[in-house]
Amino acid sequence: MHPFLQSLAGGVLIGLASAGLLLVNGRIAGISGLLSNAIMLRPGLWRWTFLGGLVAVGIGAGVLGAPVPTGLTEQAPLALAAAGLLVGFGTHLGNGCTSGHGVCGLSNLSLRSLVATAVFMVAAGVTVFISRHGGGIAGLGQ
Amino acid sequence: MRAFAALLFGGLFGLGLLISGMLDPDKVLGFLDIAGDWNPQLAFVMGGAIAAATPFFVIARRRERTLLGDPLVLPERLTLDWRLVAGAAIFGVGWGLSGLCPGPAVVLLGFAGPPAWIFGAAVIAGLVLGRLLLSGSGAARRG
Repeated sequence: MHPFLQSLAGGVLIGLASAGLLLVNGRIAGISGLLSNAIMLRPGLWRWTFLGGLVAVGIGAGVLGAPVPTGLTEQAPLALAAAGLLVGFGTHLGNGCTSGHGVCGLSNLSLRSLVATAVFMVAAGVTVFISRHGGGIAGLGQ
Repeated sequence: MRAFAALLFGGLFGLGLLISGMLDPDKVLGFLDIAGDWNPQLAFVMGGAIAAATPFFVIARRRERTLLGDPLVLPERLTLDWRLVAGAAIFGVGWGLSGLCPGPAVVLLGFAGPPAWIFGAAVIAGLVLGRLLLSGSGAARRG
């Protein structure tokens, strides 16, 4: 299958899963919010089972021999930790990430999510630009 | 029943992330690198997800209860504030540095070993730090 079609099909599954969680459980499939409330031990077994479903897919992929992305394993542990801190803190402050704002929020025609999605897309794009092409400008490139 | 439904939806969501290519930081960074050798592949993920989900959100907005009879309350849509913008910007920097956002990071916990665990632990630390530093005000968590 062409990679674009494969991504489209994956996206449709993500959208249907989000629709299902909304109509059956009455919840927004926003992963950072799910994580945040799960670790605070908010009542709701559904959060843990949803997260368990995500992890189960990863375990299954490993059992079936899916390659671990080198783009992950080649990153320095400290860099991963720093980026993870920013992702966790930022999604808490902004009430959402790619799934909650980018998929569910835009599907809900939310102005908040439209603004959030535009901001994190631009911020991520600028970050990649500086880290990959900004060597002569900011001295931060490789 | 509700927990079992959520397990199925989590599995479906994770499968979607897996086949879409979102678990690969190189693809994510290639998508974000507009000035370089731009790879538009991941635009199809968000496009497909929104196209599939939007009709169901339209239905949900007209309902007061879920299919199981529980209250159905959608997040507030209009209020813009500095927390939303600053938070999204900080998240974007972390996403642009690593190529990882929370959903793919959780799936990767299942098979990518220590690098995924380090990232996952840091995300959780960041979420907890956010809770400690900020008052609990604001809209319901959504992302």
